[in-house]
Amino acid sequence: MESIKTDIAIVGAGGAGLRTAIAVAESNPDLKVALISKVYPMRSHTCAAEGGAAGVIKPDDSLDLHFNDTVGGGDWLSDQDVVEFFVNEAPKELLQLEHWGCPWSREPNGSVAVRPFGGMKIKRTWFAADKSGFHILHTLFQTSLQFPTITRFDEFFSIDLLVTDGRCQGVVAMEMKSGRLFQFQAKAVVLATGGAGRMFPFSTNGAIKTGDGTAMAYRAGVPAKDMEFVQYHPTGLLSTGILLTEGCRGEGGVLRNKDGYRYLQDYGMGPETPLGKPVLKTMELGPRDRLSQAFWHEMQKGNTISTQWGDAVYLDMTHLGEKHINERLPLVRDLSITYAGVDPVKEPVPIRPVVHYMMGGIHTNIDAETPLPGLYAVGETACASLNGANRLGSNSLTELLVFGKRAAVNAIEHVRSSDSKLNETSLKEQAEKVQNKIRDLVSRSGGTESIAGIRKEMATSLESGAGIYRTEETLQETCKVLADLRTRYAGIELHDKSNVFNTDLFQALELGNLLELAQTVAEGALARKESRGSHQRLDYEARDDEKFLAHTLAYYQGDDKPRIDYHDVIITKSKPGVRDYSGGAK
Amino acid sequence: MNEIKLELDILRYDPEKDREPHFQSYSVACQEDWMVLDAINHVKDHVDTTISYRWSCHMAVCGSCGMMIDGKPKLACKAPVKDYANQKVRVEPLANFPIERDLVVVQDDFMEKLKRVKPYIIRKEEKPIEEGEYKQTPAELKKYKQFTLCINCLCCYAACPEYALTPEFIGPAALALAHRYNQDSRDQGLAERHKVISTPEGVWDCSFTDTCSLACPKHVDPASALQQLKIATTTQWYKELIGMGGN
Repeated sequence: MESIKTDIAIVGAGGAGLRTAIAVAESNPDLKVALISKVYPMRSHTCAAEGGAAGVIKPDDSLDLHFNDTVGGGDWLSDQDVVEFFVNEAPKELLQLEHWGCPWSREPNGSVAVRPFGGMKIKRTWFAADKSGFHILHTLFQTSLQFPTITRFDEFFSIDLLVTDGRCQGVVAMEMKSGRLFQFQAKAVVLATGGAGRMFPFSTNGAIKTGDGTAMAYRAGVPAKDMEFVQYHPTGLLSTGILLTEGCRGEGGVLRNKDGYRYLQDYGMGPETPLGKPVLKTMELGPRDRLSQAFWHEMQKGNTISTQWGDAVYLDMTHLGEKHINERLPLVRDLSITYAGVDPVKEPVPIRPVVHYMMGGIHTNIDAETPLPGLYAVGETACASLNGANRLGSNSLTELLVFGKRAAVNAIEHVRSSDSKLNETSLKEQAEKVQNKIRDLVSRSGGTESIAGIRKEMATSLESGAGIYRTEETLQETCKVLADLRTRYAGIELHDKSNVFNTDLFQALELGNLLELAQTVAEGALARKESRGSHQRLDYEARDDEKFLAHTLAYYQGDDKPRIDYHDVIITKSKPGVRDYSGGAK
Repeated sequence: MNEIKLELDILRYDPEKDREPHFQSYSVACQEDWMVLDAINHVKDHVDTTISYRWSCHMAVCGSCGMMIDGKPKLACKAPVKDYANQKVRVEPLANFPIERDLVVVQDDFMEKLKRVKPYIIRKEEKPIEEGEYKQTPAELKKYKQFTLCINCLCCYAACPEYALTPEFIGPAALALAHRYNQDSRDQGLAERHKVISTPEGVWDCSFTDTCSLACPKHVDPASALQQLKIATTTQWYKELIGMGGN
């Protein structure tokens, strides 16, 4: 097997991976960076983020307000030292992107414009029309092209980490066009591979979001944290699950049930606000978890419209006018027309909640470090405990930048200061194990299971058992199904034996990763006997700070289900309180 | 919902076992709101797991699934099956690129060209972050905004008659991106980019057939960027001639 020696290996070349790579290359041009991704950088799912990135810039705003919104929005499961660091760094990072050429939307005087977003008390979301993630990704990618010390390995599929002498020392990846395995030997590894929303049947996530990095770390003994917290975005297009940004509501769009009634006022998010005059932090600008839960209750009451794709409500933007929609929400209009046949200028768009984001991920701290020395993680693949039990819209794009840079700084320090001698004999042994795993998978024959079949059963079971609302009974059933599916996974036979761009093989590996992580979602949810943020139990309706003001840690146990443990939440200045989105109503 | 029958003729090629590419036919019963990508995914999941192609976002923004559909470069995720109801539809890899496998093409050439045009802000002096943003009015933003919308799907290269004849041609997407940065009020890199753009394989290879703009699924209009670049390049050439080309 070929070896490539580098100083820092970064897996994933979306917003988080690119930001990390640039930060290393800019400050330490003597260090070699290997940027490894299963897709070309501009295909990474950062491109699909629409609404914007939060950071305090305007004189009416303050770091404390951003802190409070984030901590309350996360139902007090965020680590407050992390949040404080984040809100402080956020404006610098967004300005840095501005200097790199990001086409942020502007005020008439040329300063950067901000828009309202859910759960935020002040307008603080920087945006580039409704293609913010796309522009952030392309700005970072294009900026990265000027640094000769970043060597990209595009379309290299990472399979497993190399861990020896208690340190992460690299990663094994397959060159997709040739099927050749490469051993990347690195003094530090940064995982930036995105979330795992594809484990659910109805998701805004692209096909590539299969939790590869999270699963690699999990298998290497690093705990997956708070995996039961899965964000349903309230406004997905029917049939495809394509996201219609929260910016739609920020700009004044409203939610209506089948009778045209703005139902959010019945769920602690009223009183009703005037049409076209959205009020921050209430009604349609409540947080995503509350809005998706309100939908579920409307469905139980029979107030939703039933469609061939399931129940739906309306996102009404018809009062915004064509000019405003074209200027602020051009992609939303295009997507609605192309994929749902509805022009939001003329008609309300039928939508439903859709799986969007995993608050959970690889256990990291304020330094983007995992408990495994030499291993760092950033972005949706990580859980730095910024987002707690529910992420506020527009915090995640900023998170990529803030913690991408943080990971770079700390990985550099690790490379400079620690014993970075690689144990080549042990690395070789481990790499050979990975090679054998792949050989076994490709050569296996006589299996009767299909990738699509198992994937579908996994997704259906998660949605019914670990969806917006959960109970002991539904979760136990899902846990059982998932354990069974992991056994059946061994019965998959690959029909494609080619070495060249074998997507049959990659899909099998992705499914393996998803199955392992799906277990951490369901088992974590089963063990958490309370309701908090996006994790809602019909059998334990209240938040229980006495027992569960704690992070869930799921540890890999081979073929068995994960072992669940807990870890303290860091509270500094905001004691757990009531989440108030009532707009001041008594 | 009505069902639409699609007869897909998909180009297959595995360099490990095929001497020549060939077509393989699949008959797919589609839901009427499907895109061609959904039909191919159906084949991959339920009929033949050995087909290779790229896709991810299914919302026309990641640029992965550019392919020739019925002879035209399109994003498979934005090509409604309705447009091909009850027809035979040829699905082939993007024209003008070498085939890696099935519908997957080799993109190295484009990646190299993209880098060559220096698509990033170039300044003589950086302003420190502490001093805040560069002001840019909505009118200044509008000057280049359209050319920021390229998703690098390569449909324009597949449509470009010049790229077909002269593979050295830097091509529509990369040149449009160079123009995007030249037009950005924060940038001072025009003279540097000019060295790349004014070469024979730069803007002057374009014969302005407009096929790139017609093929672009994001309405970037690279043809107009190239025409503007030709004017800018000529102006820059005169400036350099009279010793004022330092931008």
